[in-house]
Amino acid sequence: MLTGRAHKFGDGISTDHIIPGRYAHLRSNLPELAKHVLEDADPDFVKKVRPGDFVVGGSNFGLGSSREHAPLVIKMAGVSAILAKSVARIFFRNAINLGLPVLICNTDRVDDGDELEIDLTGGTVRDKTNGSVMTFGKIPEVMLRILNEGGLIPYIQKHGDIEV
Amino acid sequence: MPKTLAEKILSEKSGSDAKAGDIVIANVDLAFVQDTTGPLTVRQFQSSGMVLADPEKTLMFIDHAVPSPSASLANDHILLRDFSRESGCVLSEAGDGVCHQIVAEAYARPGDIIVGADSHTVTAGGLGAFATGMGSSDVAVAFGLGKNWFRVPETFKIEVTGDFQKGVGAKDLILHLIGRIGADGATYKSLEFHGGAIKKMGMSGRFTIANMAVEAGAKVGLFPSDTTTRKYLEAEGRGKDFRPLEADAGAAYEKTIKIDASELEPTVSRPHTVDNTALAKELKGTKIQQVVIGTCTNGRLEDLAAAAAILKGKRPAKGVRLIIVPASRRVLLAAMDKGYIVDFVTAGAIILPPGCGPCLGLHQGALGDGEACLSTANRNFLGRMGNPKSFIYLGSPATAAASALTGEITDPREVM
Repeated sequence: MLTGRAHKFGDGISTDHIIPGRYAHLRSNLPELAKHVLEDADPDFVKKVRPGDFVVGGSNFGLGSSREHAPLVIKMAGVSAILAKSVARIFFRNAINLGLPVLICNTDRVDDGDELEIDLTGGTVRDKTNGSVMTFGKIPEVMLRILNEGGLIPYIQKHGDIEV
Repeated sequence: MPKTLAEKILSEKSGSDAKAGDIVIANVDLAFVQDTTGPLTVRQFQSSGMVLADPEKTLMFIDHAVPSPSASLANDHILLRDFSRESGCVLSEAGDGVCHQIVAEAYARPGDIIVGADSHTVTAGGLGAFATGMGSSDVAVAFGLGKNWFRVPETFKIEVTGDFQKGVGAKDLILHLIGRIGADGATYKSLEFHGGAIKKMGMSGRFTIANMAVEAGAKVGLFPSDTTTRKYLEAEGRGKDFRPLEADAGAAYEKTIKIDASELEPTVSRPHTVDNTALAKELKGTKIQQVVIGTCTNGRLEDLAAAAAILKGKRPAKGVRLIIVPASRRVLLAAMDKGYIVDFVTAGAIILPPGCGPCLGLHQGALGDGEACLSTANRNFLGRMGNPKSFIYLGSPATAAASALTGEITDPREVM
């Protein structure tokens, strides 16, 4: 069971909102890079986020670049899961590959600051602030196995190969 | 069972009868990274304990930050050069050009599976390669295992009939399509292009369209491999890499979208999303301070030719900076040979070295507060060109050139 606060964002949060190209010179200095997480969507996010919190988006979260730094800096901020109505393909795969759960559910009723409780195995999100309960879609089996090993590289370190 | 192009390629490379919705392990013919995603890939690869499956199918491109604007990016370049030297993988140096253009010119073959740590890897779909962007971890796995897992995408059949009007082309078509279906209209899907207008289209236009498939969320944008593809490969000295490839008649499509090319007009994406499209003529009066012609979307010889035809002997409007970025060294040489570069420089343009240029906002042409740019690139997200207080419009090379002359967004047919 995961619990934490929601940080609510709108539709179409791109990888440029999450970590803009103008900080490309910091990509080999991850602690510095992470100070700019989601800066162009909410300049105060980095000050407000606490370990265990959730990033809650609308539709097409993470569209754009293949930069794995995008989910990486969200994870480094202490975020324990991303919830969104829909997620761009590459971002979804990248987040799972870093061991960061991405849950597809209707996030309309979640407001900024709501306390959420997520049952990863049961597939439900409970908004403790307003009492609503949402269910999220199943993560494909191959991705679940990667997630359960903490990401793709830890998976390879352990198994040496990938299978479906 | 009849197969779509995506099903055909994934079946062949996975040794299975792959159909939409299946998850398969497939062999990868080419895996690459560039200088902003490569360092993370290299570190992950090194920590994984794997060795390169095939150094000749592993490529590193130094193209995003060239020449390096900072010490830290120069150090990232050193990391890629060192890895290339130690592992024996292929290195494409600063100044050679954008990864996607060089993959198209020199490596991609019809029917290949190509993965790149860059979302515009889809460009090679223009010649019938299943080419898709992945993150650093996934590409590291392709480096080490020579394979990865893929979900076989459902396919949208995009049927384009009719003839384009003068001044209208591939960029207008793909912007129109994205505007119509939305930035997530094809998420996880394969876009497969069919019809008379596609048969007649040259490779440059096919690459432009494939390049932007990802802007509708698609996993791949696939074109048939036909006579045009064969001639392109022959001209690049790679005639042996050709094979004909097309979808089977009767393949199952999730939906069919029909477009009459003759009805299209010059189209522009407005800030801050690619699907926020309008006709260029509807935006008349919108002032711009910068024009960028180039990138992996529209930095090929045909694109520069279209721009030069409009700009030759003229000057940009007062207060407009005109930036030209050829997609590769080969394109730059050809453009010099044709005289386009002389035309551009005479017209007052800034010529940048082959590479990504100002597209992603890390150097060479960042916008000031409140400024607007018309670019031939593929993204206009908030902050994309280095400043969240600026505005990016996307259009064709002809629209960009025409707009440079007037200082406002202009339908190129007005100046042709």
